[in-house]
Amino acid sequence: MKGVVLDGAALLLSEDDTVATALEDLVEGRVVDHAGSQIVLSDDVPFGHKFALEPIDVGDSISKYGEVIGRATQDIEPGEWVHTHNCESTRGRGDLSAEGVAE
Amino acid sequence: MVPTFTGYRRPNGRIGVRNHVAIIPTSVAASSVARGVANQAGAWAKATPHQMGTSQPAATQRQTERVLVGIGQNPNVGAALVVELGTEDIGSERLADRISSAGKAVETLSIREAGGTRAALERGTEIVSSLNEEASRARREKADASELIFGAECGGSDATSGIAANPTVGNASDRLIEDGGTASFSETPEFIGAEHILAERCVDDEVRERLLTRVQEREEMADMMGVDLRGAQPSPGNQEGGLTTIEEKSLGAIAKGGTSPVQGMVEYAEELPIGGGLVLMDTPGYDVESVVAKVAGGAQVVAFTTGRGSTTGNPIAPVIKVTGNPNTWDRMSNNMDVNASTIIDGESLDSVGKRLYDELIAVADGKRTESEKRGLEEFAVNEVQPKQIADAGVGR
Repeated sequence: MKGVVLDGAALLLSEDDTVATALEDLVEGRVVDHAGSQIVLSDDVPFGHKFALEPIDVGDSISKYGEVIGRATQDIEPGEWVHTHNCESTRGRGDLSAEGVAE
Repeated sequence: MVPTFTGYRRPNGRIGVRNHVAIIPTSVAASSVARGVANQAGAWAKATPHQMGTSQPAATQRQTERVLVGIGQNPNVGAALVVELGTEDIGSERLADRISSAGKAVETLSIREAGGTRAALERGTEIVSSLNEEASRARREKADASELIFGAECGGSDATSGIAANPTVGNASDRLIEDGGTASFSETPEFIGAEHILAERCVDDEVRERLLTRVQEREEMADMMGVDLRGAQPSPGNQEGGLTTIEEKSLGAIAKGGTSPVQGMVEYAEELPIGGGLVLMDTPGYDVESVVAKVAGGAQVVAFTTGRGSTTGNPIAPVIKVTGNPNTWDRMSNNMDVNASTIIDGESLDSVGKRLYDELIAVADGKRTESEKRGLEEFAVNEVQPKQIADAGVGR
């Protein structure tokens, strides 16, 4: 498998990624070692879902596979579940164009 | 050494891995009769019922016709019956002529001329029986993997698709390409956010330009309609499976193409070259229409990855289901052919990719896939939308 497994619990696909992918259903409070620091999950993170490895500010890019997968819609703390409630796509956003919002 | 299999050599030189008699309706109005004839005839008869109307705008009709001709010409088809109601813009005679230009035995049936559906069913069953006798004379002969066109598809994706199943298909595709064959994947909306990676792998500027233009057009369709792609991409099911954005889904989806250079990009259902390496096809993200397009382009075998558990097959080409999700493998093993979830437990990508490649050759050699055993034969033709036609350059 591409990437590095963290604590048998999560997959870091590329070294500089800001999120890791849960390899099993992880529960709130689970501790995952990453780059010498301990990340405590503040949410349940289901299998295949992602959590933050570092603080991500609102508007910042979020990366997985060493590529940008979207941007944060609110500040995200390490250990927080990252999904549609706090990360959004920047592509195919006809809704923004319709509102005249510059990309 | 390049692996070999036994297949059916067709008059145009291409090799089929199945020897079906296809029953192809030219419109929705002939679809029930086509299905009825296939049901009466037997498992060797494969109907391709679809929803396209008797009259279609020119651009739509061109695409529909390209699909139906391509399906008839697919080397897995030994002979074909084209069925019309009798009022279609796409007449059965013209379609049959185009299919038989590949040297294939093709007959036609008009429901009106036959005297209604009961007579048409009877007459159709007679015709396909005699076509089957003719097709059955074909003997299997040895061919090597370089003659295979392998279509790659994903549906019901989740986070394991990009981590396990799609890279497995990519590894098998790389192996086939190394052995001289062709692999093709499509679903242009699912290049959005990952197109820069594919662009870097294009063999020249022309291919690169074409790829980027097509991705841009698909993205503009969302713009044009003033909608947010997020409602459908990723789908609610994809999101439940952990995929948050189209970029994330795309980055996983393009793993189906392995690491080979991108040699070209063809239109929806356009003929794919033999020995062509990795060739993309411009299709929508709807998996059934996308599989059909690649089979119409000449793919003899399809690999279909699914995390959440799609059961989709195809009437003409065997579909190998690959899942990277251990729960789906456990729950739905009667619909899955290859377990790629072992990657998560530590099996190397190379080893799982080799397993799929071996399976591809075995299926080409006649091994039946789970979807074939269960008669799962979804078929649909992509409809060029009037809005796409109106917008110059968008949709073909």
